Amino acid sequence: MSDNLIEVRNLKQYFNAGKSTEVRAIDDISFTIKRGETFGLVGESGCGKSTTGRTIIRLYDATAGQVLYNGVDVHAPKSKKENHELNRKMQMIFQDPYASLNPRMKVLDIIAEGLDIHGLVKGKTERKQRVIDLLETVGLNREHAERYPHEFSGGQRQRIGIARALAVDPEFIIADEPISALDVSIQAQVVNLLKELQEEKGLTYLFIAHDLSMVKYISDRIGVMYFGKLVEMAPADELYRNPMHAYTKSLLSAIPLPDPIYERSRVRHPYNPKDHQYGPDEKVEFHEIAPEHFVLCSEKELAEMQATRV
Amino acid sequence: MTKVLEVKDLELSFHTFAGEVKAIRGVNFDLHKGETLAVVGESGSGKSVTTKSIMRLLPKSSAEYKNGQILFEGKDLTKIPEKDMQKIRGKDISMIFQDPMTSLNPTMTIGRQIMEPILKHQKLNKSQARKQTIELLNLVGIPNAENRYKMYPHQFSGGQRQRIVIAIALACNPKVLIADEPTTALDVTIQAQILELMKDIQKKTDTSIIFITHDLGVVANVADRVAVMYGGRIVEIGTVDEIFYNPQHPYTWGLLSSMPSMDLEDQKLYAIPGTPPDLLNPPKGDAFALRSEYAMKIDMERQPPFFKVSDTHYAATWLLHPQAPQVEPPALIIERMKTFKGSRYYVDQTGGTV
Ligand SMILES: Nc1ncnc2c1ncn2[C@@H]1O[C@H](COP(=O)(O)OP(=O)(O)OP(=O)(O)O)[C@@H](O)[C@H]1O
Ligand SMILES: Nc1ncnc2c1ncn2[C@@H]1O[C@H](COP(=O)(O)OP(=O)(O)OP(=O)(O)O)[C@@H](O)[C@H]1O
Ligand SMILES: [Mg+2]
Ligand SMILES: [Mg+2]
Repeated sequence: MSDNLIEVRNLKQYFNAGKSTEVRAIDDISFTIKRGETFGLVGESGCGKSTTGRTIIRLYDATAGQVLYNGVDVHAPKSKKENHELNRKMQMIFQDPYASLNPRMKVLDIIAEGLDIHGLVKGKTERKQRVIDLLETVGLNREHAERYPHEFSGGQRQRIGIARALAVDPEFIIADEPISALDVSIQAQVVNLLKELQEEKGLTYLFIAHDLSMVKYISDRIGVMYFGKLVEMAPADELYRNPMHAYTKSLLSAIPLPDPIYERSRVRHPYNPKDHQYGPDEKVEFHEIAPEHFVLCSEKELAEMQATRV
Repeated sequence: MTKVLEVKDLELSFHTFAGEVKAIRGVNFDLHKGETLAVVGESGSGKSVTTKSIMRLLPKSSAEYKNGQILFEGKDLTKIPEKDMQKIRGKDISMIFQDPMTSLNPTMTIGRQIMEPILKHQKLNKSQARKQTIELLNLVGIPNAENRYKMYPHQFSGGQRQRIVIAIALACNPKVLIADEPTTALDVTIQAQILELMKDIQKKTDTSIIFITHDLGVVANVADRVAVMYGGRIVEIGTVDEIFYNPQHPYTWGLLSSMPSMDLEDQKLYAIPGTPPDLLNPPKGDAFALRSEYAMKIDMERQPPFFKVSDTHYAATWLLHPQAPQVEPPALIIERMKTFKGSRYYVDQTGGTV
């Protein structure tokens, strides 16, 4: 068994391919996620983060490239049983806890839906007991089972979403901006919960977000996307200490910190892709500039970066 | 400092099937000319309701002003007829909402949407109004405005749409601009552009801004002063430095501690325990007491008044009462206080405690 639970190889996702409205939402990206690791994906709105998550979990077919789960190509044809099993192992938590829960269903049935689909429980009592256990795992209690989503706060709803994802005992969870809509103290609750669950159950996460301070906090490694491409990838600390790509630098320089004195002197570095001034024959590739630290750049840029890297 | 707006003892309730939701329970603050006052606080603490009550945008069928005044240019906005309020809304006081898509009309060109308040409130003819519209679009950084003012909202990106919403809010040079989470839905790069734009415009026009957000980084960036709300009241108010480097209310401590800091690693994030107060039956004393490890007996019984920390800094916590025992704030907060001159933990450059 390899260390890598997820391997994304030269993945492409073009919408409306070949038409005038073609959007290259993912344009040849490769990365791996190790078992038990949290991989953070950041980048500006529309750069392709959600599309990456959705393609991995097979909400979309890939235009080209592969996604391997435990060495198995997820998009290749499979038996019904294999498909079913993969659907169970990969789960997704969505950005909007308000929109992603069916308002007409009781929390009990929302959480049990996956249990029913995958036939994981026998009989009403076991079903209910399992839901109560899950509610307790995410810091809610048995009384909550009989209520409807609108009776909960934002943070509580996000916990329900997490309980629903956990119900089927997944190995891999894609969390697409799970905290962006929540206020700070509730963000902390949800992030702590995700970390605890990871320690307990050895879960693997793909964590998508634009709040870079939380991403740094939760991720082991981070990938930075720009217009469908990965421009940099590194361990979280390394990325913050030694950002190399001009886009990563610009992204980091745009984060406001809860520190008014620092804010008064913070200088933002806007990114302009034209600044690279790549020649027509210049090859722009992913280069490893330090162990596990990759940057999308030309040979010339690589030399310059290596000279300035501390 | 000139006061532009004064909110005094404001109390407001919603009448619902479940009973009376006491959403605003005695809010007091002044807004000065040309300043940015940030309002922060937990979800449901009353930030939006406070500002909507200034604009009188709450449902008439359920919202009731129970007490207090909102003074603007000698008029009490809670009392004036709707006809007079319409002359103020969108002209002297205007508002930017969180979601640019819901505040723009998808079937109308953006030019018409910006021109509408101009034609309504200013004595200009169509061609003058069009000229002003194009100037506004240039001001908010929409390139090629002469042609693009004929386009529809869906033809712009999220960040551009929010700029257009700002242009509409600014169309009549408002004296007060209320921005309710204007950048929460945007990514950091676009957020930075919008914040820079708002500051820039404020410098040119001396507009006063009330800025609601839950992002404390944004607060540190834009605010001159900060009001911290909890359970329908302001629990602490002060200059941005006073709130970030010398906070006094345990709720403010909890809020500031929930942010991951860039240098303290691998610690569990601090999360405020418990749940928000029930506004159908608000607690008798300090509404935060049930969730606070610093709560004393009196916190359960009596609502704390505002204690003065400095001329600009007030906090409603019994901890500031002269007879209260001295407590240690959380470690992260002490770290912040070490950098603030007036605080009891201040450490000066040479290392000694003052
Ligand atoms: N179903 C679709 N059909 C056509 N284009 C699409 C579709 N889904 C996404 N896109 C486009 O693909 C690009 C990437 O979108 P995606 O949702 O992955 O961005 P994102 O990085 O998640 O952004 P955000 O931070 O705003 O959520 C965008 O240009 C988007 O408009
Ligand atoms: N129309 C309404 N009817 C009944 N209750 C309401 C209404 N509008 C708001 N409330 C209640 O008033 C309280 C304050 O709400 P408000 O919208 O001001 O919160 P907020 O501080 O802006 O929170 P958030 O950060 O989530 O936007 C909440 O308890 C809310 O449920
Ligand atoms: Mg997305
Ligand atoms: Mg609000």
